[in-house]
Amino acid sequence: MARKRIGPQTVKLEQPPVIIGAAAVAGPLEAQGPLGQEYDRTYPDLTLGQSSFEKAERQMMIDACNLALQKAGITGKPPAVDYFLAGDLLNQIISASFSGLEVGVPMYGLYGACSTFCESLAIGAQLIDGGYADRVLCAASSHNAAAERQYRYPTEYGNQRKPYAQYTVTGAGAVVLAAIGEGPRITYCTTGRVVDFGIADPFNQGAAMAPAAVDTIEAHLRETGRRVEDYDLIVTGDLARFGRDMARQLAAQRNLILGGNYNDCGAMIYDHTRQDVHSGGSGCASSAIVTCGHLLKEMARGKLRRILVVATGALLSPTTFQQGENIPAIAHAVALEA
Amino acid sequence: MTIKQGPSQETERALYQRMVARAEPSPPRLRNAVMAFVSGGLVCVLGEGLTDFWEAVLGISHKDAANPTVATLIFLSSLLTGLGLFDKLARHAGAGLAVPVTGFANAMTASALEFKREGLVFGVGGRMFQLAGAVIVFGVVTAFAVSIVAGLLRLGR
Amino acid sequence: MMYLKAFLVGGFICLVAQVILDNTKLSPGHVLSGFTVAGGILGGLGLYDKLVEFAGAGASVPISSFGNSLVKGALQELEAHGLVGALTGMFEMTSAGIAAAIIFAFLTAVTFNPKS
Repeated sequence: MARKRIGPQTVKLEQPPVIIGAAAVAGPLEAQGPLGQEYDRTYPDLTLGQSSFEKAERQMMIDACNLALQKAGITGKPPAVDYFLAGDLLNQIISASFSGLEVGVPMYGLYGACSTFCESLAIGAQLIDGGYADRVLCAASSHNAAAERQYRYPTEYGNQRKPYAQYTVTGAGAVVLAAIGEGPRITYCTTGRVVDFGIADPFNQGAAMAPAAVDTIEAHLRETGRRVEDYDLIVTGDLARFGRDMARQLAAQRNLILGGNYNDCGAMIYDHTRQDVHSGGSGCASSAIVTCGHLLKEMARGKLRRILVVATGALLSPTTFQQGENIPAIAHAVALEA
Repeated sequence: MTIKQGPSQETERALYQRMVARAEPSPPRLRNAVMAFVSGGLVCVLGEGLTDFWEAVLGISHKDAANPTVATLIFLSSLLTGLGLFDKLARHAGAGLAVPVTGFANAMTASALEFKREGLVFGVGGRMFQLAGAVIVFGVVTAFAVSIVAGLLRLGR
Repeated sequence: MMYLKAFLVGGFICLVAQVILDNTKLSPGHVLSGFTVAGGILGGLGLYDKLVEFAGAGASVPISSFGNSLVKGALQELEAHGLVGALTGMFEMTSAGIAAAIIFAFLTAVTFNPKS
């Protein structure tokens, strides 16, 4: 087996890369949520003064990147990073690509649906630990209106959403990874496998993705030899409340108890008792803004020392749904340690 | 690495699907039903009122007044859609706004409005029928089928 | 009296749709297409017009009436001009609705912007 590989899905980073800067930006609904004060910037509406929702999403990703670079002490245009790794939900990942144009450094565009944030962190970490980069800028974004008009219905269409439906988070998160510096480190990366447990309802993504999350968490713990209790927090990306319950139950069936130290970003972003978001948040930004805005800050405050961020993605398209296919899903995990 | 196949994984999948189906929170069925009934009824009452109105104002028959009535309802729906109010109402009214012609107008207007960013031709023009097109297609195909059957029956008589 | 009947019949049609939507995985598009087809078939059997006579707007406002009008238009032209009438007559009675929907959708799109 390759030197740094400790299992079929997990690699151990020999010289764990450091997060030297991170930033989260979010939309108005997120700003009104329980973590509203944690984001670095929030916007009063979904347009950001731009002429389309797509342009607004792009602007959010650029803002997040600029803020993260600033916090990392990297000035200059183009910034002194070796790679830009980014992705989003839109067709042809236009938010990432057009942001890449703005950032101006060598770039790999990524698509893992809502798992893209951890995908970018994992690949960035491996590029650095592999000796291919000194610094990498990772980013992911999503925008509620842009996602709705592509995946589901026009925003002014009068349909009733199901109670287990999720609400795409409007926001972007960016992280600057470096080989040397001060900050939390990425120690392990567990890459997900595509998992299909037969869920076909595109409005029930949480249930579709929960098996992938459990699969990856299991693989991670098995291959690292760690237990659930070894982490202060295991957090999934966007299963939301219903998916989180499904993950807990499925894990319990496999003798894996996800207890009090397990939560889900999609469930943390909104207060479902006063915000009309049904099951909770979804989208690339779900894991991105909670990690960059809140979890990393909690680690800096000393409240969290070791966390496992497991971003989850539903790998469907409107076409596959209309052709009657199930929803395959994937989950990528990165271990962050202070 | 062993790839898990075979009965154990299949059973786990089936069990999971059943678990999800059982646990899926259901919509507030009774409330939705009542809201749909009341709001749908009110929309039709409005329609009846408009028919009487146009009958009087335009001096046409009650039957002929159906056309300006439909046009008025469509106008109101489009306006509410443009103002961003229709979807807020529809969240509560459900089928009560979707089933009357108001729903048809909302589907067309919402699509045209949403895709205006893609321009008048590709967006507004090209995508206007994205949601409502199915209704027109199936309505026309049904009408054709029914009239052909009726026509053949008449020929057979 | 007609107002009450319109309320009850129209409300009932919407209720049936809501129950279908809440208890199946069918989308609104499926349900509305189905109602249109049902209206067309009932129209072909001459039953939908009876419902309109009874309940007025309670039957003519729901989308099922669109199916009925398409069929009626086609049948009318069929009577007058034979089989080709099945093609020429369809939009006669529905023209106002379709034209109004297109025109108002267009004007709204030009005037307003989508919010959230």
